Amino acid sequence: MEILNALALLSNYLVIPALAYGSQLALGALGVTLIYGILRFSNFAHGEMMAFGTMAVILVTWFLQAQGISLGFLPTELLALPIGILAAVLLALGTDRIVYRFHRGKKSQPVIFLIASLAVMFFYSGLTRFIIGTADQSMGDGARFIFTAREFKEWSGLDEGIALRTTQGITVAVTLICVAALFWFLNRTRAGKSMRAYSDNEDLALLSGVNPERVVLIAWILAAALATIAGTMYGLDKTFKPFIYLQLLLPIFAAAIVGGLGSPIGAVAGGFVIAFSEITVTFAYKRVLTYIMPGDNVPDGLVQLLSTEYKFAVSFVILVVVLLVRPTGIFKGQSV
Amino acid sequence: MKNLLVTTALAAVLMSSAASAEDVKIGVILGFTGPIESLTPGMAASGELAMKEVSDSGKFLDGSTVTPVRGDSTCVDSAAASAAAERLITSDKVSAIFGADCSGVTGAVLQNVARPNGIVMISPSATSPALSDAEDDGLFFRTAPSDARQGQVLAEVLAEKGVKSAALTYTNNDYGKGLAESIKSNAEAAGIEITIDSSHEDGKGDYSAEVGALAQAGGDVLIVAGYLDQGGKGIIQSALDAGAFETFVLPDGMVGDSLPAAIGDGLNGSYGTIAGTDSEGAGMFNKMAEDAGIKIDAYVGESYDAAALIMLAMQAAGSSNSADFKSKIMDVANAPGEKILPGELGKALELLSEGKDIDYVGATNVELIGAGESAGSFREILVDGGKITTAKYR
Repeated sequence: MEILNALALLSNYLVIPALAYGSQLALGALGVTLIYGILRFSNFAHGEMMAFGTMAVILVTWFLQAQGISLGFLPTELLALPIGILAAVLLALGTDRIVYRFHRGKKSQPVIFLIASLAVMFFYSGLTRFIIGTADQSMGDGARFIFTAREFKEWSGLDEGIALRTTQGITVAVTLICVAALFWFLNRTRAGKSMRAYSDNEDLALLSGVNPERVVLIAWILAAALATIAGTMYGLDKTFKPFIYLQLLLPIFAAAIVGGLGSPIGAVAGGFVIAFSEITVTFAYKRVLTYIMPGDNVPDGLVQLLSTEYKFAVSFVILVVVLLVRPTGIFKGQSV
Repeated sequence: MKNLLVTTALAAVLMSSAASAEDVKIGVILGFTGPIESLTPGMAASGELAMKEVSDSGKFLDGSTVTPVRGDSTCVDSAAASAAAERLITSDKVSAIFGADCSGVTGAVLQNVARPNGIVMISPSATSPALSDAEDDGLFFRTAPSDARQGQVLAEVLAEKGVKSAALTYTNNDYGKGLAESIKSNAEAAGIEITIDSSHEDGKGDYSAEVGALAQAGGDVLIVAGYLDQGGKGIIQSALDAGAFETFVLPDGMVGDSLPAAIGDGLNGSYGTIAGTDSEGAGMFNKMAEDAGIKIDAYVGESYDAAALIMLAMQAAGSSNSADFKSKIMDVANAPGEKILPGELGKALELLSEGKDIDYVGATNVELIGAGESAGSFREILVDGGKITTAKYR
């Protein structure tokens, strides 16, 4: 019983939040890694792309709600998601046309692309704030919980409850679907295979008749779609505020680099590694230990390794360690 | 040229010797731009309302008038606030300063400008406990209660509710830190265990890690010394979602109708404190302010009172010189004497000129204690049925 209580406690405060957060990071990191694999630069505008796509989803949701359309216990945002994705895709393709294509034609250095993406990031961030403002927008209607902590306590008879929010369930489910679909696309379809070929060896792929502009087009569509889905999931689960997507950029890049830049499976693994590290390191284990320690021993302190303010610092430390020890990441991506 | 100089000098002598009927200038230094720019127009208008009332009465210092001169404190930029105050004193020749507003800039203006120039300043809204012990040469007063006092009141409320232990989180700035320290020391003195005091950053999307730590420390209630539309809201939402806490204690930064509206039923049963009074003066002032087209918001009553105290002290000393009237402020604000409500400044001036004592009550039941700060009346609130209700005044 004591062990079960400890497990319930850990699930409620550590495992479930980390799973949801890890899924959001994985979706974000997939977009970053795809762009890196195909266009060979770190796209700093990805976080703001998430904010823009999410904003479009929110605007469409407001419209749907005004029409009285809803999805029952699921949030209406899911219905608005395809249109939000479309808006983000159009923005990404427009940006590529105006900014990146010019540099591709000139065969610019990756660092030029990177700086250009920084400028694009500022442009996107201004655009998002210009349209929806800087304030918090609460997202998500429908049922808030799949089950609440109290319901779980009554059902299981344990002292500790587990709450599972609808948004957390949706986030994990959507991530599974997206990742499965993406891997199917990359491994089974002709377009996906040509993308992998282009990513592995550009010259050979060109000699084999792969159309580079088409590969780039698909990469942007996928990246924009993933960004919008990741941003919407994060907004649904937490809250939408343009600024937080800028803050998310660091853990997302950390996830992509830890997993191995350019490696989709690495991006997913990296997302979960970063999420679980951030939360396990800053978690206070006092009550967990109280349950599992023999006798009536109660630890005096909170048994917390790092204060929660240092959550983002954890991503930094992992990033530095990985770059020093294994620059290609866990799954042998390209070295940075 | 020589003649001109002589005439100017003569004119200056004549003007200064004409003690009767001058135009007294009072500097109004508030953050007209910056984080509280939505509050300051009402605060300035309330202070200027008192100045107009005094000027119109014709009884102020032998028929003198009062003119406000505005300056921008920016609320956050100490250098800009000090420069604005310096300009008001050296070029506009103000006799006293009504302001500043935020605690940080108020301390800066006091040390850099008011003390070197020997000018009295009364702040309507600086609440940092640090200002209580600041060196002020007897020049600094405030009509807002210190956060140290709020900690005391909150600890009393907790003790009455039978709370044995509480977790405490605060927004990571001067306000949050000062308030949290005061709550913690007062609660512990009352025998309530504070299991954890951790800060949170405003403007983040995700507070589950913070709530995780708070939940592990445990406690009967969670005290959230933050802002209602910032991290404070996020912490409460996240704590309710995880089932970590059911009752929340809300200091003044968390009291507002938007919080129960955003959180919903989960907030019912939570309680807190905010500066407020049900005195006769508050009602009278609200009516006056409405007639003058001033929106009733935070610190408007305190602003009226701050400006009124400056002018009443001048009248009591018979001089608009800070060195003369700084010692009179405590006298006019506190008993003994006839009680003065808002709108009765003319009567107060008359009593003072007859040499009688007054006890200024004003809009906020002013009672200056310690180094010249408001004792403060607090309103204990309870969230009930999705609305903020008044439990009692203390």
